[in-house]
Amino acid sequence: MEILNEVLISNNLITAFVFVGLIVYLSYFFSNHFTGGRFHGSAIAIILGLIFAYSAGLFTDGQKGVADFAILSGVGILGGSMLRDFAIVATAYGANFNDLRSSGKAGVFSLLFGVILSFSFGALVAISFGYDDPRSITTIGAGTVTFVVGPITGSAIGAESEVIALSIAAGLVKSILVMTITPLVAGRIGLNNPKSAMVFGGLMGTNSGVAAGLAAVDPKLVPYGAMTATFYTAVGCLLVPSVLFFLVSALY
Amino acid sequence: MVIYGIALLGVCTLLGLFAGELLGSLFGIDANVGGIGIAMFLLMCATSFFKGRFEIGNVSEKGITFWSMIYIPIVVAMAAKQNVVGAIDGGFMALMAGLLVVAVSFIFVPIISNFKRK
Repeated sequence: MEILNEVLISNNLITAFVFVGLIVYLSYFFSNHFTGGRFHGSAIAIILGLIFAYSAGLFTDGQKGVADFAILSGVGILGGSMLRDFAIVATAYGANFNDLRSSGKAGVFSLLFGVILSFSFGALVAISFGYDDPRSITTIGAGTVTFVVGPITGSAIGAESEVIALSIAAGLVKSILVMTITPLVAGRIGLNNPKSAMVFGGLMGTNSGVAAGLAAVDPKLVPYGAMTATFYTAVGCLLVPSVLFFLVSALY
Repeated sequence: MVIYGIALLGVCTLLGLFAGELLGSLFGIDANVGGIGIAMFLLMCATSFFKGRFEIGNVSEKGITFWSMIYIPIVVAMAAKQNVVGAIDGGFMALMAGLLVVAVSFIFVPIISNFKRK
């Protein structure tokens, strides 16, 4: 047993391939036999991954889901930003230039609108929960932009660490909800063409949420959503600690 | 050679991420500005450029398509390493904020997608 453990840990990336392969196999089996293929296998796989991550988090008290188990540390590499970015770029192979260009304006608009929309509603929730200093309100609003914008804004404008932690939690909730809800509502919001995928990427912005959400809907749409989402965190980091913080300060 | 496709993908990814970091430091923010987008753009340019001059070849192409097909398993692994406990333990306010923002953003997807062109 100990020898097996050693093999699994020292070859952790290969163990991760097997682990993810099993999850995907189970998910497609479940999708075909229990939902008649109506609920997409990859959507189930992502939700199963999140459930495993939750159980692992309870068990290990760590922050990296199943990757906190030594045996599954390879999942951290396979699901880390390096390979994720590499694979997202690869999806652009076969994307259509003309589709990108013709939806470019809608994409840019949704990007600016999306950051301000998320920030405003995040800030409103903060206010309704009794926060009344502009630093906290701005930081929590920033967290609902993405969980990267939250802490960057918080430390830039000098928010308390407790509020920064909250902003990260809000951003995590957003990204996990986007992963899980997107396949459920895709039909209803017309998320089935390159243009709506670009708008979706610009409105949601969370890289992991958009990546997983579109993967579960139609992998062909991934490059379009990723193209706008990749600018979202940067737009948030530019706008929130500057213009939006001044606006909130002026109002309070 | 399959490595040519992977290497081309690698060059585009690295150049894109590098440009994104440069843009970030130019704006004075600690984030990558559109690195992935630039990389995707470079890959599209590179492959359509090569198509005119010489084919990158079926086998080289597989070095790129493999990574685009392995994308979903990577996303599953990404889901399995999320800090889900952190999100749920973040408290009621974090849950409310996340939920409301996602709901509102979903509503605007069809609205903005259907804007008529002038």
